Amino acid sequence: MTSAERKEAISAFMFLSPFLIWMVFLMGGPILAAFFLSFCKWDIFNPIQFVGFDNYKEMFFNDPRFWKALYNTAYFTFLSVPIGMALSIVVALLMNQKVKGIAIFRTIYYLPSILGSGVAMAVLWKWIFNADSGLLNYMLNVFTGIPISECPKWLASEAWSKPALVIMSFWNVGGGMIIYLAGLQGIPSTLYEAAEIDGANRWQQLWTVTLPGLSPVIFFQLIVSIVGSFQIFNQVYVMTDGLGGPADSTLVMVLYIYQKFKYFQMGYSSALAFVLFIVIMLATWLQFRFAKWVYYEGELRK
Amino acid sequence: MTDTTIPSPTAAPNGFWASKRRTENVTRWTVFVVLVVGSITMLLPVVWMLITSFKTRADVFAVPPPNSTFFQTLKFWIPIPPHPENYPQAWTVSGMYSGDSWSFFGIPVQGITFTTYTLNTLFIAVCGCLGTTLSSSLVAFAFARLRFPGRGPLFLLCLATMMVPTQVTMIPTFILFRNMPAFLGGPWYNNFFPLVVPAFLGGGAYNIFLMRQFFMSIPYEMDEAAKIDGCTNFGVFWRILLPLCKPALTTVAVFSFLWNWNDFLNPLIYLDSNSKKTLALGLTNFVSLYGQDYQLLMAASLVISLPIIVMFLAGQRYFIQGIATTGLK
Repeated sequence: MTSAERKEAISAFMFLSPFLIWMVFLMGGPILAAFFLSFCKWDIFNPIQFVGFDNYKEMFFNDPRFWKALYNTAYFTFLSVPIGMALSIVVALLMNQKVKGIAIFRTIYYLPSILGSGVAMAVLWKWIFNADSGLLNYMLNVFTGIPISECPKWLASEAWSKPALVIMSFWNVGGGMIIYLAGLQGIPSTLYEAAEIDGANRWQQLWTVTLPGLSPVIFFQLIVSIVGSFQIFNQVYVMTDGLGGPADSTLVMVLYIYQKFKYFQMGYSSALAFVLFIVIMLATWLQFRFAKWVYYEGELRK
Repeated sequence: MTDTTIPSPTAAPNGFWASKRRTENVTRWTVFVVLVVGSITMLLPVVWMLITSFKTRADVFAVPPPNSTFFQTLKFWIPIPPHPENYPQAWTVSGMYSGDSWSFFGIPVQGITFTTYTLNTLFIAVCGCLGTTLSSSLVAFAFARLRFPGRGPLFLLCLATMMVPTQVTMIPTFILFRNMPAFLGGPWYNNFFPLVVPAFLGGGAYNIFLMRQFFMSIPYEMDEAAKIDGCTNFGVFWRILLPLCKPALTTVAVFSFLWNWNDFLNPLIYLDSNSKKTLALGLTNFVSLYGQDYQLLMAASLVISLPIIVMFLAGQRYFIQGIATTGLK
């Protein structure tokens, strides 16, 4: 290493120092500590007790609430992510049609997702889902004629509480839409011209040009949305007063982790967090594993 | 899809252009109408929040029956007469903490209202925003512009942290902060240190990534010219690159402000006494105490969301571009 290179490296590490401190003390260290804690029993006040795999054994074989939380989280993810993504792609495609006032539309569609996970929105949705006087059941009544008393009870019903969370998540399509819109504008127009010369109609162009061109963005969004929806917390906490009810039907993983933390079961809570971490990594790995459908334009130029 | 109405180019050439233009017009209008209907759907919840906030408690629960009169239906959608007094009432109703006091720059103030929560949230959000913007751009500069051993792996590691759920690091971090030694202001519990200091330590992988993408898009000749003129690395960063990155900085600043404003889990864990609570926590408190007074809850929720809406409208030109770039590269 020449002295100039060394000087540059030293200066680089000075720039990096905040990040390095964070990486060691607030990321790497805590991950290791949490891994260790997950094999312990600890309530903060009494000494730590090493218990081996007990937390994990308890979780997998003896804790129906864990399975329930995992199921609820998966249910929410597998419904909200695909439908939400499809909706945001459709909205982006519509907006890409050179309609008038696209800037205004973009703002309107994006606004709810900015307010998204805030507590204020959760309070609002709790009110909209109100079984007897909520806006949703009123609208259902107006459009379908079903009497309000026979409409779903949403957050008060074990069967409808999760669909309610899924419905609420559709108001976040704006976040994905912005990114798809940028992706659509990046697809070279020459491809469309070529397709048109080959006699492809608009529908065929959508499937052979637009969607393949958009696939890297779809892939990115898929990963980010799944990671995000596995971590849903704020809305559920506020709408169910931190309980995840009724009958644990909205008990999601992060809420369960928080409940255990709140009751000072630090070891068990860490073990739960680790399982969530592994589930997220597994989901991400699987997506990369089956990412053959993603088309990168650069690959052709190899 | 409305697109199917477009005839394929193989259609009869006879009058082809005229018919294509007409169907294109039809398509355009259909798309426009669909987007308008979608817009109404998207805005309806927020508008409903506004409507509810001006109603009386009795009117809040009055849903017009199927065969209701025009006036009943109208009253459901438009609060007549409006009750703006819900707003001051919602703001001060947490007078149940009137016994508690808090201090405003050292001056003790009796009674806790949303004013307390707003000032707390504002402090946290402004500090968090400053810290994130400053430290993420510093770190991103190193990743984008400086050569050092291990740059590639370290950047990958940085990106990988995006996958770690906060709950994994939550407990050890909580314990670390609670046991912070006194010379560092410890214990970091029931004060703003645990909510503000981490922002100054890199600002998170997403923001570092976003800033790096922007730095990378600026030609390297800029740096070289500045260095020939005697600029240090920090000089290049501070005088050359940062001023060129205003859109990216705005994106990071707006997003971290919003994130801190909306953050719920961290304040929930670290803040205990009422005088320290943030708006998000204050609102949840309010919900559990006044759960049925939806006109007050909606008034409070709307006021809390207002700064977000204003910031969004003011900064959207910049940060829509900002997120789009990160999502694509």
